[in-house]
Amino acid sequence: MSLADHLPILPVAIPALAAPFALLVMRRRRALAVGIAFFACLAQLAVAMLLMERVSGGTILAYALGAWPAPFGIVLVADRLAALMLVLTAVLALIVLTHAVVTRADRKGWHFHPLFQFQLMGLNGAFLTGDLFNLFVFFEVLLIASYGLMLHGQGPARLKAGVQYVVVNLVGSALFLIALGMLYALTGTLNMADMGLRVRDIAPEDQGLLRIAALLLASVFALKAAVVPLHLWLPRTYAAATPAVAALFAIMTKVGVYSLIRVVPQVFGEGAGAAAWAPAPWLLPAALVSACVGFAGVLTARSLAEQAAYAVIGSTGTLLIAVAGWSGASLGAGLYYLVHSTLAGAALFLVADIAARRRGSFGDAASPGPAFAGRGVAALMFMAGAIATTGLPPLSGFIGKLLILQSVAALPNWGWAWSVILGTTFIGVIGFARAGSAVFWKTAEGSHAPPAPDTRLDLVAPALALACLAVLSAGAGIATAYADAAAAQVLAPADSAAAVLTEGPR
Amino acid sequence: MSYEFLVASAIGVLVAGGIFLALRARTFQVVLGLTLISYAVNLFLFASGRLVLNRPPIWDKAVSEYTDPLPQALVLTAIVITFGMTAFVVILALRSFLETGSDHVDGDRVPCDAQDGLADGLADGEGTEP
Repeated sequence: MSLADHLPILPVAIPALAAPFALLVMRRRRALAVGIAFFACLAQLAVAMLLMERVSGGTILAYALGAWPAPFGIVLVADRLAALMLVLTAVLALIVLTHAVVTRADRKGWHFHPLFQFQLMGLNGAFLTGDLFNLFVFFEVLLIASYGLMLHGQGPARLKAGVQYVVVNLVGSALFLIALGMLYALTGTLNMADMGLRVRDIAPEDQGLLRIAALLLASVFALKAAVVPLHLWLPRTYAAATPAVAALFAIMTKVGVYSLIRVVPQVFGEGAGAAAWAPAPWLLPAALVSACVGFAGVLTARSLAEQAAYAVIGSTGTLLIAVAGWSGASLGAGLYYLVHSTLAGAALFLVADIAARRRGSFGDAASPGPAFAGRGVAALMFMAGAIATTGLPPLSGFIGKLLILQSVAALPNWGWAWSVILGTTFIGVIGFARAGSAVFWKTAEGSHAPPAPDTRLDLVAPALALACLAVLSAGAGIATAYADAAAAQVLAPADSAAAVLTEGPR
Repeated sequence: MSYEFLVASAIGVLVAGGIFLALRARTFQVVLGLTLISYAVNLFLFASGRLVLNRPPIWDKAVSEYTDPLPQALVLTAIVITFGMTAFVVILALRSFLETGSDHVDGDRVPCDAQDGLADGLADGEGTEP
């Protein structure tokens, strides 16, 4: 096989190699470590783009690790959805890394760059793997790296939030393993494509177990996606984390959503007996409540970072309203909104950091503070981020929400979806307007801004995130066409199963 | 009483104890609870290959009945990960206790009682000698 056939392993291999090298040179030659990190991120972006170009025609690349044939060995599967997530991860990683380096957030501890690369390795692996146990392992890789990143910078508040975050995720991992054990006991396989074929032959007396396994697995993914009522860990964790890290975490909830999109149609789709679409009836109510709780949090948040964290919950809820339809059109709209909401959430965290850096002791609290330098630019960026998150024109949030509204109109229960999406948009607009006017408009009497930071380069990263949103709106035609094609591919798991399982030894 | 009943009830008791402890307010009990849950999960995974006695774990043409080797590999992975994570949680809980002066998981500034070895006045993260 040629070198190009090894493309699917590179998004996992590049960060896995970059992390230890960055760790080795970190103490003596910091500049070199930063260079390695940037190079690794750029290489991941290039590989992700190449993969996307190769799978955009509809081919499904299956890569058998160690050339062990598919149901027995572990496979990586690159299809349109996986490639889309890889590109999104790489773009977000570049933006976040730029911000961390420019604001010197990476200097608050020794291990930022290695942990960052391990986090990317876990994310890329989770998006690529075609094996359910391997998905668990990559979840653990990204979680373990995220524990380190979340605690980056230390401090009591961060440690407290860190304990809760780690405990919640450990319980989630235990539930994941129980669901995996049940599925393996019932089907005798861990390969997702193979499992999707074998669930059809499960004996009638075991149907109850299969249904329990499906619901358990879905609740683990819902925990990762921070769907109400499993969202309580998120606001505190994200608000306490270093802003650059929180911006990267904007994609962590999307990993849960991605896993739902990947596993439910493939394993618990048509023909899965009692487990057929078992999580689906629960998903829509949970998504509706998540959207309401998230945007209500936006209204009541006390700081900009907390507001961004609640906006992440709200936008994940909106995204899941689209996903819960499980139709090609609604899933396609959801995928477009997924890309948008990840970048918009990251932009909000970065803008919150810009305000916090310039307001001294006032931090990013949503209350009047000093008239700091560069207020106008920061205010414009905040406004753009808020417009994108709430879904007002002209940015991509508007297009995303419009597509979701249009696609769910054909489904039952569309009235609930419409009223919640439109209502939460309104609440979100009020929340952002309130916080924005307090921070960027009003000035507290007698307060003095600290000296302006020595660099204005820190405006670059949020500007990049917003520019990506602008590109996503300008190229909405291409993006939605790709998202629709990806959704159609996900909802036709038979093709993917054929591609994965015919992959013989090479 | 069958072998299956014994294993199933052992898993059940471990999970029940684990959930009870994981819902307690102090980090030490929570860590113990997580450990019990992870034991239960390992037993459960082990049983997912069916409980059989005296069978070879490797397929061979001469042997018609064998036991499934894969759950043991899965359990090994799960043990390694949960062991590492438990160690991490212990250190994290300790750091958090030393820096905030409170080992309550909910993170509110509950003053420590004398049994914690921290007098009330010292519970501010300084002077954390026991």
